[in-house]
Amino acid sequence: MHELAIGRALLDQVVVVAAQRRARAVTGITLQIGPLSGIEPALLRAAYEQLRIDTVAEHARLVITSMPVRIRCDACGTESNAAANRLVCARCGSAHTILLGGDEMLIESVDLIFG
Amino acid sequence: MAVPVKVMHGLLAENDRIARHNREHFDRHGVVAINLMSSPGAGKTALLEASIEALRGELDVAVIVGDLETDNDARRIRARGVPALQITTGAACHLDAAMIHDALHHTPLEGLDILFIENVGNLVCPASFDLGQHRNAVLLSVTEGDDKPAKYPVMFRAADAMLVTKTDLLPCMEDFSEQRASAALRQLGNAAPVLPLSARRGGGMDAWLDWLRAAKRERRA
Ligand SMILES: Nc1nc2c(ncn2[C@@H]2O[C@H](COP(=O)(O)OP(=O)(O)OP(=O)(O)O)[C@@H](O)[C@H]2O)c(=O)[nH]1
Ligand SMILES: [Zn+2]
Ligand SMILES: [Zn+2]
Ligand SMILES: [Zn+2]
Repeated sequence: MHELAIGRALLDQVVVVAAQRRARAVTGITLQIGPLSGIEPALLRAAYEQLRIDTVAEHARLVITSMPVRIRCDACGTESNAAANRLVCARCGSAHTILLGGDEMLIESVDLIFG
Repeated sequence: MAVPVKVMHGLLAENDRIARHNREHFDRHGVVAINLMSSPGAGKTALLEASIEALRGELDVAVIVGDLETDNDARRIRARGVPALQITTGAACHLDAAMIHDALHHTPLEGLDILFIENVGNLVCPASFDLGQHRNAVLLSVTEGDDKPAKYPVMFRAADAMLVTKTDLLPCMEDFSEQRASAALRQLGNAAPVLPLSARRGGGMDAWLDWLRAAKRERRA
């Protein structure tokens, strides 16, 4: 359950962003998570529910945007969606592919209240 | 009224910063750091014991071991005359860059060629944390099933080498196919070498040792 450690890292960063901008509270946090990040959104959400208590983000809603796995084929140049454990070209079947997206673990934005 | 503010920071940005710092430590000393990951009991410590014997007098190595509770692994390594530092993670299921950084204060890197990091036995959590290593070696023992790369794509996609371990047991494992395990790795778009070996009965160790020597040479260059 490394989602607990990741949840802590998330809140640490949100607290810093809020302090830097002199915000009074955080009302929303939006993440981008891809299946190849190794993060299980439900577990991260459960960890977050515990960790947000007594922080500036205590009442912040957590929005997790699931990102698609996207690959580009080295052999034929085709870009396609893929399953996390089948990163082969949808057109020619080549396994020489580059990951374009799907391993995201990003804080996209936060909603801040001032004053 | 809430004001939306774009952030676009990696969730593990702080871990990754410390990992970069660890890598600078290693590079400054010309040490190549190898992160060993696998399920519990796949044979990481046995492989380290056999590698230490094989490399004795050729390359100087040290080991950082992550374990939930015991220091058995560190003791096994020290019994071979090699410095071994134990990180007891308690409840944690992975090592992170800060734990390695702390351990480096107790692990002199001077004169060292290879620093092995034996990660906590777990095919999920360790995959998300950069420690500052140069290479990932992921072990898959033949008793685990050849479909592990398909079940744990995050871990196996990160492998710079996939070690198929305990091959001395293959005669008893009629349904493990090394070819299927390799194919599952290739399906992840990973072209890393697949190195079948047995730490107990010798076979296949040479290819692994050559892989280590090459990793060391590339760091020195
Ligand atoms: N037959 C056989 N058994 C092995 C081999 N390598 C390891 N084992 C056995 O597998 C068991 C686990 O080996 P370890 O080296 O402790 O595995 P590990 O990955 O370090 O385990 P954790 O640190 O607990 O995750 C032990 O009983 C070893 O003797 C091998 O090459 N062949
Ligand atoms: Zn975990
Ligand atoms: Zn193609
Ligand atoms: Zn071990």
